[in-house]
Amino acid sequence: MKDIILKAENISKQYRLGQVGTGTLSHDLNRWWHQVRGKDNPYLKIGDVNDRSTKGSSDYVWALQDINFEVERGEVLGIIGKNGAGKSTLLKILSKVTAPTTGSIKSRGRIASLLEVGTGFNGEMTGRENIFLNGAILGMTKKEIASKLDEIIDFSGCERYIDTPVKRYSSGMTVRLAFAVAAFLEPEILVVDEVLAVGDAEFQKKAIGKMHDISRGEGRTILFVSHQLGTIANLCTRGMLLDKGEIVNYGNLSSVLENYTTLTNRKELSYLSVDNTKDIFINNCSLSKNISISTNEFLSSDTINIDIEICKNKLINNASFSFTIQSNTGDYLTTFVKTIDELLGGKNINNFQVSFDCAILAANNYFLRLAIFDVSTFQVYDLQEMICPFKINDEGTDMSRFENVNYGYYNLKYRII
Amino acid sequence: MNHSEHTNTTWLFEITPKNKFFTLNLKEVWQYRDLLLLFVKRDVVTLYKQTVLGPLWYLIQPLFTSITFTIIFNNLAGISTGTVPPFLFNLAGITVWNYFTACLTGTSNTFGANAGIFGKVYFPRLIVPISIVISNLIKFGIQFFIFIVFYLYYYAQGAAVSLNAAVVFFPLLIVLMGILGLGLGMFISSLVTKYRDFSYLIAFGVQLLMYVSAVMYPLALIKEKIPQYAWMVQYNPLAYIIETTRYMLLNVGQISMLGLAYTTGVTIALLLVGILIFNKTEKSFIDTV
Repeated sequence: MKDIILKAENISKQYRLGQVGTGTLSHDLNRWWHQVRGKDNPYLKIGDVNDRSTKGSSDYVWALQDINFEVERGEVLGIIGKNGAGKSTLLKILSKVTAPTTGSIKSRGRIASLLEVGTGFNGEMTGRENIFLNGAILGMTKKEIASKLDEIIDFSGCERYIDTPVKRYSSGMTVRLAFAVAAFLEPEILVVDEVLAVGDAEFQKKAIGKMHDISRGEGRTILFVSHQLGTIANLCTRGMLLDKGEIVNYGNLSSVLENYTTLTNRKELSYLSVDNTKDIFINNCSLSKNISISTNEFLSSDTINIDIEICKNKLINNASFSFTIQSNTGDYLTTFVKTIDELLGGKNINNFQVSFDCAILAANNYFLRLAIFDVSTFQVYDLQEMICPFKINDEGTDMSRFENVNYGYYNLKYRII
Repeated sequence: MNHSEHTNTTWLFEITPKNKFFTLNLKEVWQYRDLLLLFVKRDVVTLYKQTVLGPLWYLIQPLFTSITFTIIFNNLAGISTGTVPPFLFNLAGITVWNYFTACLTGTSNTFGANAGIFGKVYFPRLIVPISIVISNLIKFGIQFFIFIVFYLYYYAQGAAVSLNAAVVFFPLLIVLMGILGLGLGMFISSLVTKYRDFSYLIAFGVQLLMYVSAVMYPLALIKEKIPQYAWMVQYNPLAYIIETTRYMLLNVGQISMLGLAYTTGVTIALLLVGILIFNKTEKSFIDTV
């Protein structure tokens, strides 16, 4: 029998675009007039799907539309999606910060949110005073906080500054202190939004460890929003993918993650030549995963295929092609050089594929640098740098907790002896 | 079958688009009482941090206002305060008036000043305006203390000041003043979230309101001098509180039971309307603020 702790039914949230000001009053009056006559809100019928990049016809958008899901006790649900997919709106509704436009959420446990911690801090008050204040804001009683005070101070690692006003703290220390308070909350359901993005790697590790304890050890339910796929893979038991305010995929974590990586980069991130007058040039370069899925995001278990097309206006002899992977700072990480004849085999075709396994690359962002040149004279026929950006995502390895921290580019095949 | 019945009945709470028409949720406020106390403490402690004079600022403001009023209205304009020293007369009015304005301006800014924190976590929003009214009560206490000091000084000087027996009800009068500020403040705070115009209205409206609240003149005087405009003061519930304050503390002026009943009625009505509209606003103000 499933032990459902949280149930969302037909949650929708509508926002009004543009400035609130003129026109608000007339809409308010119209809405009120409909209400008086016992009719439905006239503005609920309209509203575009929330796609931030395209121009819509309506002043109202649906940030969330018909969201239905159930969460079991002890589950860690990872919610992912692009910017503006509705993740934070959903968490705000769950944590009662704003009300849904339609639908309802039923819960069997207290919900506490950890949304951008530290907002309840008062700069003039000391760390110790702020622990009490912030704890109380999050719903703890003074007694509860007092009983955990030592643990909180210890976890935050701010002992030396605890009687100093918080305005003298570094931003990292503020976050540490705030997370420490929230980590010792004891709600049945904890809602966490991107808090781990701040703080140094050591603290991130500590924070994720604490979240592990909360979910696995203490059997509490966590709803977790993050852009860091590695963290999600590492921490969560189920996933939910939101896009344009709707649930695209819900349930199995690996299928949700897979779905997300193919969804995120539909935008043309491939290279297409704009100058077709050169003697010999790279006409086209695009990335795909495994066999044919065009994407620029890869998981470490994927195989990258790079399709390259070379066009000639003249017959050039002795031309060579170089292929380089660049870091996001432009450094050359690895290169190979082949003659054009070798690549195209003198045949009548003009395209070829480069393929390699992602496992060798660490989770990071990369670019390609492609060139055609003459090895003996070093005459450059075509050179394209920093093209075809691609990203390798961690799939829940030991290093996933350092995701989005630039810890290098290669995965060393090491042995501990 | 049993199970589905079970699941339908045991939800701890439900989040829905709208609040019930009138929910006070005092139970929830009580659960968060520690937060209420901490907010009060925060307000009091942090107000004058990094100032040299600290809480003395609480005293300087009413004293200088009273001195100014005494010079302008009593010495220059020649308003008579009877046997009571004009300074004491003004100080009594200003002290109570200050409590009202502090409650009103504080609570009317509830959503604006706390948008950051309201946008992140949930706690009963009612905690904030209540904490403002309570922390201002402490501020009022300090200001009232200085009134007592001057009272004793004038008494020792042999001025004709005496308490009225009704002074035992003075705390009730202050509570009434606080609730009036709270109700009106909550009402306005809800409107400000959508229409900023009200925050400008409050800024100068409070100043004007003081002139029709019998702060620096006795109620009887305006009836005598400009009877055609006296209704502005007579329909103002604040005027009765201030007039009654002076009646209790200084034994001047008049006490009007009808006026006080009217004031109480208006206060309760304003509080109910304030809570009603505040409750309606707190659910979705973060979308419009």
